[in-house]
Amino acid sequence: MSELAAGRVRPAEGPAEPWPDNYLTAEQGLGSWLLTTDHKRIALLYMATLLAFFVIGGFGAVMIRLELFTPEQDLMTADAYNRMFTLHGTVMVWFFLVPSIPNTLGNFLLPLMIGARDLAFPRVNLLSWYLFVGAGLLLVVALVAGGVDTGWTFYTPFSTMFSNGYVLLAALAVILAGFSSIATGLNFIATVHLLRAPGMHWFRLPLLVWALYGTSVVMVLATPVLAASLLLIVAERAFGLPVFDPAQGGDPLLFQHLFWFYSHPAVYIMILPSFGVISEIVTCFARRRIFGYTFMVYAILWIAVVGFLVWGHHMFVSGQSLFTSLVFSFLSFVIAVPSAIKVFNWTFTLYRGQITFEAPMLYALGFIGLFTLGGLTGLFLAAIPIDVHVTDTYFVVAHFHFIMVGGAVTALYGGLSFWWPKITGRLYPEGWARFAAILMFFGFAFTFFPMFVMGFAGMPRRYAAYPPEFQIWHVMSSCGAVLLAAAYLLPMAYLTFSLFRGARATDDPWDATGLEWRTASPPPRGNFGVLPVVAEGPYLYHPEAEGPHHSEREPHQNQGGNL
Amino acid sequence: MSGGALREPWHSLRRQREAASFGMWLFLASEALLFGGLILAFIATRWFHPAAFAAAGREADIVYGTANTLLLLTSSLTMAVGAQAARAELPRLAGRALGLTLALGLAFLCLKGLEWRADLAKGLWPGPGFALEQPAARIAFAFYWLLTGLHGLHLLGGLSAIAWLAGQAVLGRRPWRSPAFEAAALYWHLIDVVWMFLYPLLYLDGRAA
Repeated sequence: MSELAAGRVRPAEGPAEPWPDNYLTAEQGLGSWLLTTDHKRIALLYMATLLAFFVIGGFGAVMIRLELFTPEQDLMTADAYNRMFTLHGTVMVWFFLVPSIPNTLGNFLLPLMIGARDLAFPRVNLLSWYLFVGAGLLLVVALVAGGVDTGWTFYTPFSTMFSNGYVLLAALAVILAGFSSIATGLNFIATVHLLRAPGMHWFRLPLLVWALYGTSVVMVLATPVLAASLLLIVAERAFGLPVFDPAQGGDPLLFQHLFWFYSHPAVYIMILPSFGVISEIVTCFARRRIFGYTFMVYAILWIAVVGFLVWGHHMFVSGQSLFTSLVFSFLSFVIAVPSAIKVFNWTFTLYRGQITFEAPMLYALGFIGLFTLGGLTGLFLAAIPIDVHVTDTYFVVAHFHFIMVGGAVTALYGGLSFWWPKITGRLYPEGWARFAAILMFFGFAFTFFPMFVMGFAGMPRRYAAYPPEFQIWHVMSSCGAVLLAAAYLLPMAYLTFSLFRGARATDDPWDATGLEWRTASPPPRGNFGVLPVVAEGPYLYHPEAEGPHHSEREPHQNQGGNL
Repeated sequence: MSGGALREPWHSLRRQREAASFGMWLFLASEALLFGGLILAFIATRWFHPAAFAAAGREADIVYGTANTLLLLTSSLTMAVGAQAARAELPRLAGRALGLTLALGLAFLCLKGLEWRADLAKGLWPGPGFALEQPAARIAFAFYWLLTGLHGLHLLGGLSAIAWLAGQAVLGRRPWRSPAFEAAALYWHLIDVVWMFLYPLLYLDGRAA
């Protein structure tokens, strides 16, 4: 054990020592960034863009929480409030969460983890970023011009016939962002199929690669249906083609079917990559092989496939047939099984592991707790009688924030910390990072747990004014949001600080397995000097015959010696 | 890239060709779901209003529609020949076949334009002064304009890609054995297949009785 701990101590290197040639220094100048086809540089371009959208979406959240501090509607008009939560939802879902882990960590790590020099289509990768930036600019124009008041779901007939916001621009922006997702998705799938290093069999792939693969399949097959549904809105709004108009016999519910056929799988686009990140972190800091690797892989694929079959649970109160609702309810229970398998397997990976609490591990443990709560409350919502009671209340808001924010965003921060030394060649300040991870967990719970309570008590979502008996929960939530905001800003500060003053990282500071740690930090332009050959499975943290057999139980020892 | 069709990060042209096809197939899957979603919406709405959709189908111009079907099917043949000839490095045959594909595609777009003009003259735009009685026929024609318009845009995209690739090859800036021709051919066939679904849905409905 002490040997392992010693291996993790980062040796201090002389700062005067020159950096080896790497992807950051290989070419200079603005053009070398804007026209790059290097997946690592494109990942950084995405990171900068997503940071901007995270700030915009976060601004929306702050305004919402400020308005809800008092029961009266005092800070903004009801219409401005509608526009504010639409801004928050649209920006956060399509311009932050969907691309968050795939396009930053995924873009950077996928070729490194499978031993490739780049993605299969480097220029398509760059095109995907430009599409994303174009879409983002369109959305910003829509928001600056006056915003959209439909909510992120664009429900008809409000969006087609009555809304006076900039629905067209926003819908076009989302369609364009969708094409960026599709480009990324097909690039990832082709890369995993065709560019694996010799010996990197399918069942030797790290789970992050599997998770990105599953995500990409969902992206490629679900996103076009979103484009189809939004195109129909554009046709009706811009050209007067009355597809959903009830007066002509059109069916507004049809839009909901098409929309959720994308938008429920989109939840898995947002959460599957986090599963991958957590599997990498938990194994590394528990020094254990992942428990049930093949089950983890099949769970990812199961989620990716069944995710396409549960969309109807968003429409339990929309007037859909009860028998349809029963089928969707059953399938929604079925899809909880693979998520539960993943939580159990992470827990069993921790069992008898040599756990240390570095910052990425703290983020990962926070993820497991918050995701479990978010997942279990998802089962409440899959049960029709409970869903009828809590539809369109804060219970739903709390549920999906536990998955997408407590889950996906925590995992993003965890993954960013974990691979920061690889990406930048610098170590972040460990103490600050641990503090931020713990603050994020408590800030998040403080913000969103009260929403479960008030939602179950009947507080509806999307209202700026509310009965005074809910104020105590809203005040708790708004206070928690201050802590959460601090926890999100803190890493931005210390990570930026580490770029200039952080200690130099070794190639493998965590003593982790995985091909990405077998190259320099930061990696050279071509990722590897000599392309690696793989002779073993992933997560070999306790090779056989190197430790006592599990039948020879050793007595428990406190971490870090006897204090 | 004088003479070299091989690009980063590939080590062999065979593997790169495999990737170009595979990537294009994935994109086609995505396109299939784009049109699939729209066609599903069409079928669902038709389920509620069969009579209005049949009446709309009878109004669509079957002469233009059928002529365009023949043009597009033929263009898939010439495209297949062009892609195979390019791969076999037969520049004359490849150039001719691709040129013929471009001509057939352009003819399709021209006929489509004439058809749209005739439709507008007949009052088939679902706005004020719409020619048909049933309200739901407006929805049927909403789908007609949307689907034929989107298909036309795809065709325009396919034409531009083929013209660009063939132009580069003729000027000697792209080797004929570049995998891009095969990928472009796959995309062109998709446009054809989509039309195979649109033609019966939009033109043949309501004509059997």
